[in-house]
Amino acid sequence: MLVFVLRRSLQALLVLFVMSVLVFVGVYAIGNPVDILINPVADQLERERAIATLGLDKPLWVQYWSFLSGAVHGDLGRSFVHSTSALGLILERMPATLELAIAAMLIAIVLGIPLGLWAGLRPHGFAGRTIMAGSILGFSLPTFWVGLMLIMVFSVMLGWLPASGRGPTKLLFGIPVSFLSLEGWRHLIMPATNLALFKLALLIRLTRAGTREALVQDYVKFARAKGLTNARIIGVHVLRNILIPIVTIIGLEFGSVIAFAIVTETIFAWPGMGKLLIDSINLLDRPIIVAYLLVIVFMFIVINLIVDILYSALDPRVRLAEAKG
Amino acid sequence: MAGEQTPLRRVASDFFANPVAVFGLVLFCVIVIVAILAPIISPQNPYDLAQLDVTEGRLPPGAKSLGGSTFWLGSDDQGRDMLSAIFYGLRISLSVGVMSTVIALGIGLALGLTAAYFGGRTGTIIMRIADIQLSFPAILIALILLAVLGQGTLKIVAALVTVQWAYYARTVRGAALVEKHKEYIEAARCLALPPLRIVFRHLLPNCLPPLMVIAAVQVAAAIALEATLSFLGLGLPITEPSLGLLIANGYQYLLSGKYWISFFPGVALLATILSINLVADQLRDVLNPRLQR
Repeated sequence: MLVFVLRRSLQALLVLFVMSVLVFVGVYAIGNPVDILINPVADQLERERAIATLGLDKPLWVQYWSFLSGAVHGDLGRSFVHSTSALGLILERMPATLELAIAAMLIAIVLGIPLGLWAGLRPHGFAGRTIMAGSILGFSLPTFWVGLMLIMVFSVMLGWLPASGRGPTKLLFGIPVSFLSLEGWRHLIMPATNLALFKLALLIRLTRAGTREALVQDYVKFARAKGLTNARIIGVHVLRNILIPIVTIIGLEFGSVIAFAIVTETIFAWPGMGKLLIDSINLLDRPIIVAYLLVIVFMFIVINLIVDILYSALDPRVRLAEAKG
Repeated sequence: MAGEQTPLRRVASDFFANPVAVFGLVLFCVIVIVAILAPIISPQNPYDLAQLDVTEGRLPPGAKSLGGSTFWLGSDDQGRDMLSAIFYGLRISLSVGVMSTVIALGIGLALGLTAAYFGGRTGTIIMRIADIQLSFPAILIALILLAVLGQGTLKIVAALVTVQWAYYARTVRGAALVEKHKEYIEAARCLALPPLRIVFRHLLPNCLPPLMVIAAVQVAAAIALEATLSFLGLGLPITEPSLGLLIANGYQYLLSGKYWISFFPGVALLATILSINLVADQLRDVLNPRLQR
């Protein structure tokens, strides 16, 4: 197990290194770094001074080295617009995004697994078919458009929920969160539902497929022959076996929820990292774009690593295959 | 004709056994025809500024224009007929989606087959790149590419291709690895056929079924992704308003209750994606050898 974790961590470091090279090449070598890193409104003298301080006159590998050592020390440049540390700005926005993503994931899990289980147990029944039709619809609905329609119905027509913003936040262990107050909930529920829809459809399909496959397995037949109750067969034997792939997918999809939050945050003016990214792209605030990129790559690598480790901890078969291969 | 059972006929009859899938196929055909015929069947040319009148802006659905025609789906802020704008938008959305899928399919096919058939270090490197790329969500990669590259039709096609090729490469490699060890490939090798001929004439046709399913799913995904990026203002330029841009255009009027500028393009987008997904869903079942009787 330790060897496995170590090897995966090494791989993760390698990916991070490759990505940092790619980001560096993309931003510093392909594009004109003077345009990208120096404020476009600066005058000639300021530009020359900036080129010298940034070391843009040095060879490329020297530049990469200073970029890398800056990144390792948490220095990813300063925002043009906010004139503060780019990394600091992103970290400041991170709790809002994480709260939204976790809320969306919880909605998808709490609704998706029972619905998928139901559809898998009775695939040809009316409810089963309706659930599946709903999940295809969930896959096909464009997330951003659903967001607009939610605003139209619940904010404009009914006036029940606020259309934008995060509402008041309270500190929980020093992190600002909005789920501790009613007003916070009213702001959170609509964007979270919007973000959850796609994952909900995915979880329904996964759970259904897993249930259908598990029901014809020998261990289920044996449990039936033993005379176990239906509730016990499904709740213990079937559910435990289908949960392994589902847990993996939930972990992997968490990263994609954070990425899709870019869209949801933009629509609902939710003050998270994603909205910061879109605002920065529109304002040509490039240090923030670079910093966001590195932060999100880092997050993904960490998430993938955790999922890999969890997966092998949950399912001994994976570890055996690893050891052989 | 009952005795004749070619594989194509079997697939077709299985496919048409599901009324929902047939509905999807018909809906998709209708959408494609509308997109192709847009210049002929649209009530007005939405990009001919001479035909637009700003005083007729933001009229609700069913309102009469000064010229006597009816805005069946309302008009936007420029006085543009929404129905015509949607017809033209479908054209742009569909062509960007299909174009990027075809290019990505070609690249993914070539790389995936190379990786599977010739293997070796090149194959490992190709699949490593695909693996790393697939561990990041498509929207993130496309967004960052466009943030670096800037706007434009070719750039968004390039971004969509970059996002998609890995799906095809991985799928075709998986299928080809299984097929490669079958006897017909061995027989072809014994005949000393050139490797390229074996790959394209013998290996490729047998890898097509899973690819068709992935391609169908990916066209829908590409259309949705393009719409999302255009909505965020990073996709197509304003001169080529796809459905995503039309929806974005109505966003600011939504809060004042003028729903139709965003609502109807969204319905068109949903119908397009849904019809393709319905077809893909049935294709997956029909072409899956594990579910065959």
